[in-house]
Amino acid sequence: MTGTTTACGKPARVRPYSLTGGRPRRCRLLLVETFVAALDADGTAPGSGPGAGSRPRIPPEGRAIVDLCHRLRSVAEIAALLRMPLGAVRVLLLELAEQGRVRVFDTAHGTGRPDRALLERVQGALRRL
Amino acid sequence: MHSADCESADRESVYGESVYGESVDGESAGCEEGPEPRGAVTLGAVAADDAPRPWQTDRIRAPHATKIVVAGGFGVGKTTFVGSVSEITPLRTEALMTAAARDVDDTRATPAKRTTTVAMDFGRLTLDADLVLYLFGTPGQKRFWFMWDDLVRGAIGAVVLADTRRLAESFPALDYFETAGLPYVVGVNHFEGADRHAPEAVREALALPPPVPVVPMDARKRITVVDTLLALVGRALDTLPE
Repeated sequence: MTGTTTACGKPARVRPYSLTGGRPRRCRLLLVETFVAALDADGTAPGSGPGAGSRPRIPPEGRAIVDLCHRLRSVAEIAALLRMPLGAVRVLLLELAEQGRVRVFDTAHGTGRPDRALLERVQGALRRL
Repeated sequence: MHSADCESADRESVYGESVYGESVDGESAGCEEGPEPRGAVTLGAVAADDAPRPWQTDRIRAPHATKIVVAGGFGVGKTTFVGSVSEITPLRTEALMTAAARDVDDTRATPAKRTTTVAMDFGRLTLDADLVLYLFGTPGQKRFWFMWDDLVRGAIGAVVLADTRRLAESFPALDYFETAGLPYVVGVNHFEGADRHAPEAVREALALPPPVPVVPMDARKRITVVDTLLALVGRALDTLPE
């Protein structure tokens, strides 16, 4: 049944991202739990200069993201703390990453299911709570 | 934050699942700040933030991030569930719901509306110095499936919270996860005044396949929430190919 509209209805089949060995080059994966950190390209903390900077213009929303990411943040946390829709945050993050203002970290599992080792670590940690 | 007021499951429809811009706006008075007009977002005025964890101060490395989805009908206790184990005050994130997505809506007529915003609450749990678990509470109705395709990617699995007084509300979420091939368990949230249904009766009523765990729990009690998560991780391990 169901030719379903669910784009990833059957995530177990062939995943396009797995073809790049889990290292997508340009097309960064921005899942809700993906971690992002600000990059200080020139050694100064981004956003510390009052007003003018020497680098290309950055919209206020982008600056807010960079400032927030002086602490490691997940995509969902950025959206929640800045009260911006997830989609908008993703778009801005892609731009910021391309400009070298933020670093986007790969999640442990990519888009696939977590593997046994990860699940067992989670299980062990939950048992110790 | 007034999150303490928001803990009760009764209020969840206010806290976690309101569809802003629609008629439920009035319900959101009292507990959360309610919808912010999009243009009124004051950048820099960051929503309530928590003290940083050690791993957050290292910007060279990132811990492994993993997640579990918590789904269910309105007011079933998702936000309470998340809040019971989260180390941070549950945060709310939003996604815009497009007109196209709303065509799928078979539960509620929303005539002549443009985009609306769907809220989703989540919490975080640092399990180890390099391992962080996120819990995402998401509304269970079919019309929110467009969010789930994205949400379930890479997830350990899902906890479907069920209220025995309204079991039918669990069906859409169960259908979705079954079809997606995502491991899931059913958490039967105990509400005051509700009959205690035996897990087997719930299993039968929901027509669950035998290997799917049914966990009686209380979303307000951390221990039972952790047990429910453990049941899910166990189920996820069982479904891995050898």
